[in-house]
Amino acid sequence: MKKTIITVVGNDTVGIIARVCTYLANNNVNILDISQTIVQGYFNMMMVADTSGSPKDQGTLSRELSALGDEIGVVIRCQHEDIFNRMHRI
Amino acid sequence: MINIFEVNETNKMIEQENLDVRTITMGISLLDCIDSDPARLNEKIYDKITKKAEKLVSTGEEISMEYGIPIVNKRISVTPIALIGGAACRSAEDFAAIARTLDRAAKTVGVNFIGGYSALVSKGMTPAEELLIRSIPQALAETERVCSSVNVGSTRTGINMDAVKLMGEIVLETAKATREQDSLGCAKLVVFCNAPDDNPFMAGAFHGVTEADCIINVGVSGPGVVKTALQKARGADFETLCETIKRTAFKVTRVGQLVAQEASRALNVPFGIVDLSLAPTPAVGDSVAEILEEMGLEKVGAPGTTAALALLNDQVKKGGVMASTAVGGLSGAFIPVSEDQGMIDAVSAGALTLEKLEAMTCVCSVGLDMIAIPGDTKASTIAGIIADETAIGMINQKTTAVRVIPVIGKGVGETVEFGGLLGYAPIMPVNGFSCEAFIERGGRIPAPIHSFKN
Repeated sequence: MKKTIITVVGNDTVGIIARVCTYLANNNVNILDISQTIVQGYFNMMMVADTSGSPKDQGTLSRELSALGDEIGVVIRCQHEDIFNRMHRI
Repeated sequence: MINIFEVNETNKMIEQENLDVRTITMGISLLDCIDSDPARLNEKIYDKITKKAEKLVSTGEEISMEYGIPIVNKRISVTPIALIGGAACRSAEDFAAIARTLDRAAKTVGVNFIGGYSALVSKGMTPAEELLIRSIPQALAETERVCSSVNVGSTRTGINMDAVKLMGEIVLETAKATREQDSLGCAKLVVFCNAPDDNPFMAGAFHGVTEADCIINVGVSGPGVVKTALQKARGADFETLCETIKRTAFKVTRVGQLVAQEASRALNVPFGIVDLSLAPTPAVGDSVAEILEEMGLEKVGAPGTTAALALLNDQVKKGGVMASTAVGGLSGAFIPVSEDQGMIDAVSAGALTLEKLEAMTCVCSVGLDMIAIPGDTKASTIAGIIADETAIGMINQKTTAVRVIPVIGKGVGETVEFGGLLGYAPIMPVNGFSCEAFIERGGRIPAPIHSFKN
């Protein structure tokens, strides 16, 4: 299974999680884990998701999530988990 | 399972500290393109490069998108052209025609540089190699993306002083041939000692004859990441300082290794090496000089600079080696002047001189890099600079290089602008005393003794 890390960072506002999750559900992306904190007033969320069931490829998901982020006023990134595993795990 | 803090750390490195993979360089052997007919040779070279590297740029972009890490450059290195063109080329113009073919191939596949317009003449020059060297000014003036390098010495063979003398003249001629662009041609020309076969960084990249048919080499970067990490170690002792650099270099290199493996898999081309380098860019916060200053130097060039650089270079290697399955290329900290805002500032402030830079090259990767000098510098003086730098490499069993730009029509106090990654540079004064009689001698400096190390 290919795990994708989705991060959302920005000013806190109503409905961020709802809108991101709605997009993921509409595109058949399964959310495996969510963690969320507020750091120095900034909304900070990380999702671990399984994108293997989605009809859209990673590039398309990345671009569309990024556009959704622009709409909400937050930054959304969508990255393969390996970049984090490689950097932080031996 | 990875946690939110680790994810944020990585993304902060990418977004705020300029972490990137500097280059994916595909090395392509052209040995099987050799032909005695120049037209057929050029055709075969063009076909092989465009076929092998067809998907290089798009694959790089896909990996960049999937992992969210910028991959700044996609490049190609080829077998030294002096070897490939030897059977076909009867004139400098024949060699320059190959340079134009390389340029055309680079443009077709969309890479921004192609390296390997090179000759390896550390002991002697064949007629073909001399022809290639003599064609360099024309080749670099007529092409946009071709990079050239010449290896004039090694620890095993000594220094070919005939080639050193010739290269002094060629650097100056290249400057003159590209005078309309502030002598930009010289920014694409490197003179090496102990040139590595698998270097992914331009302008010195070529695909050595000991390499496989096609390989993927990756150059990592991240001076900004190291600098930010060191800000947290202010005032700490040297052990802490070294440990911090090592840990950071490990993290940066792991990303390079991941990208290298993915590129190798996607392109179905074997993975060669990761080059563990701290390569600066003119962007603010992406500077090796700022790392040295963060360690406690007021400006780069102050006493203590060489020690600070030695420490940095060694710790980058120690951290990086463990992060990668195969390390090669130049591996170390680069200290180009025009490509590093901190270096430019140090030169402008009068803190950093050519002589101090030469001392610094004894302890870091490469050498006198991207240094603008007055356009009226004599060819013999440039040859003298090359000879000095080559001697440092030969005696210390390390790679050294010279990439100086005599800016025609400009002098000390003026500035030259190259644009993009090449940056801008204040023109630095060169010692005015002559070494002409020394350079005129001709012949070779024999290989050094490998015992009695002092």
